[in-house]
Amino acid sequence: MHLTDKKRAALEKKANEIRQDIIRMLAEAGSGHSAGPLGMADIFTALYFHILNRDDRVFLSNGHICPVWYATLAHAGYLPRAEALGTLRKLGSRLQGHPHRGSLAPILNPSGPLGQGISQAVGCALAAQMDGKKFETFCLMSDGEQDEGQTWEAYLFAAKYKLHNLTIIIDRNNIQIDGVTEDIMPLEPFADKLRAFGWHVIEIDGHNMEHIVDACGAAKAVYEKPVAIIAHTIPGKGVSFMECKYEWHGKPPSKEEAVAALKELQK
Amino acid sequence: MALAKHLNPNLFKNPEMAPTRNGYGEGLVEAGTKNKNVVVLCCDLVESTRSLGFAKKFPERFIEMGVAEQNMAGVAAGMAGYGKIPFASSYAVFSPGRNWDQTRVSIAYGEQNVKIAGAHAGISVGPDGATHQALEDLAIMRVLPNMLVLSPCDMLETKKATLAAAAYKGPVYLRFAREKTPVITTAKSPFQIGKAQVLRTGKDVSIVATGPLVYEALLAAECLAGNKDAIATLFARYPKITARVKTSKLHGHSMARSKVTIAWSPAKIFALLKQRGPMDAEVINCHTIKPLDIKTLVISAKKTGLVITVEEHQINGGLRGAVAEALSLFHPTRIIPVGMPDSFGESGEPMELLEKYGMTAPWILQALVNR
Repeated sequence: MHLTDKKRAALEKKANEIRQDIIRMLAEAGSGHSAGPLGMADIFTALYFHILNRDDRVFLSNGHICPVWYATLAHAGYLPRAEALGTLRKLGSRLQGHPHRGSLAPILNPSGPLGQGISQAVGCALAAQMDGKKFETFCLMSDGEQDEGQTWEAYLFAAKYKLHNLTIIIDRNNIQIDGVTEDIMPLEPFADKLRAFGWHVIEIDGHNMEHIVDACGAAKAVYEKPVAIIAHTIPGKGVSFMECKYEWHGKPPSKEEAVAALKELQK
Repeated sequence: MALAKHLNPNLFKNPEMAPTRNGYGEGLVEAGTKNKNVVVLCCDLVESTRSLGFAKKFPERFIEMGVAEQNMAGVAAGMAGYGKIPFASSYAVFSPGRNWDQTRVSIAYGEQNVKIAGAHAGISVGPDGATHQALEDLAIMRVLPNMLVLSPCDMLETKKATLAAAAYKGPVYLRFAREKTPVITTAKSPFQIGKAQVLRTGKDVSIVATGPLVYEALLAAECLAGNKDAIATLFARYPKITARVKTSKLHGHSMARSKVTIAWSPAKIFALLKQRGPMDAEVINCHTIKPLDIKTLVISAKKTGLVITVEEHQINGGLRGAVAEALSLFHPTRIIPVGMPDSFGESGEPMELLEKYGMTAPWILQALVNR
């Protein structure tokens, strides 16, 4: 999975295009979440344009960041880009405000109520392990989501069954709706907690393509344990007035703000 | 009018007793033998839920979840998405009681082929008390789109329902109980999802029952018809009942509960019924709460003009709710509910509780006296 300079530059360019589309989609929708999708654009890009093998499966557990998924899938050819840009959260759309299983081929689970995607990913990984299937199951999660007890039930279970074919990537952006995670419900020492639950933990800069690619490669090489990649990201990444502001967790840019955001991203 | 052909011939002569959960256990082993995609998940209750037989026979397909019902619902959904046929087993108060959101989103909205087995349902779980008595599960499950809801009447029917659930593609909720209850049907009795069975034809009242209380409905109906064996059974099972909890108002929006004690004895109620003349009751085994067999219910209600619903569940939202919703649309009919009177239960022996909270054959008769 080595990343050449040329490939890295291409991925960074793609991630920027996806960020722009996220802004366009949210402004058109008039509702939705901004900070998380922008923060996860690099990881989604790396997954769909470099890391994922054909049979690998992706579960999203924090469904509210789905605009980044839809935008990435559009760029990867799973739906027309015009549909992504024009139909998010609209009546009759395949692009529901929170993902609907099967509305697009790669969407394997409904998500939104937090903590549910991880259990479903665990179920998929377990079934694959029972049948000796070789594909990797990825699950994308948020840090605020860790407040849900269900996530820790799933962690206990995945460690028990040694689901090394499961890799979770947790968006550690330090914000949730009401504020900073360490104010709302402290998670630290988060990596230690995951290790204590029997997981192999890798911490990365979630905006560094090499980090992302290397971590996912390392995850495949880990046996006996499921792997958690804690990806430190900047919420609202790429748009200065959104970055690190929890107020942007759950709202879209206005038309004017979208223009300003796109101007920054197109620099 | 008479009983259907395929019923246990010993219905009122010391019928065989077996817990419905045994039917689940046997059904799982048979389903697992037929289809290698069947997997069983259980939350630290393998013996109680009767998942044990499957776990022993197919250890590689049995998944011990620990006490984690929310995770179980999700893991089951994920396995179903992969292609497995998971049976997620726990007590009904925990699954779907505790993990209803996961059941709603991961399983029902996700349209995943998961079978949710709710064990120890009803007040008859007994001494464990109110926390463990699932009396709301039919209501919370039948409101979920995509969800099928099965509530079989005896051990044999529970086995058939388990096999039918395995063969059906889509989310299913299967409810069963802890206690030994009379075996009503036979191995040859038909079972078809969504098809209610008329176990006794009659013309004066339709008793629509679900779960093991179907036996109480049959007992009441045959007593009304003067079946000597049934009357002897009634008196043997219920020598004397003196009090029950009842709602002060069963109709309309106000369901304010009060504990009303009324004196009662089988001899007294029988005398009262005799004064009113013979009554020919139709008994319908409504083993599928969703999709409800509206056609069978409407035909019966048109014939009799009076319905009694009998369920080991709150009188709101379960079988009575389903029947009322259907009949209000297609053939408005008076419905007298027999079930848990908008109340939590308490500790006690199963039969004591069923009597106290008014769900036994004498109370079905009482409902007819008071009609």
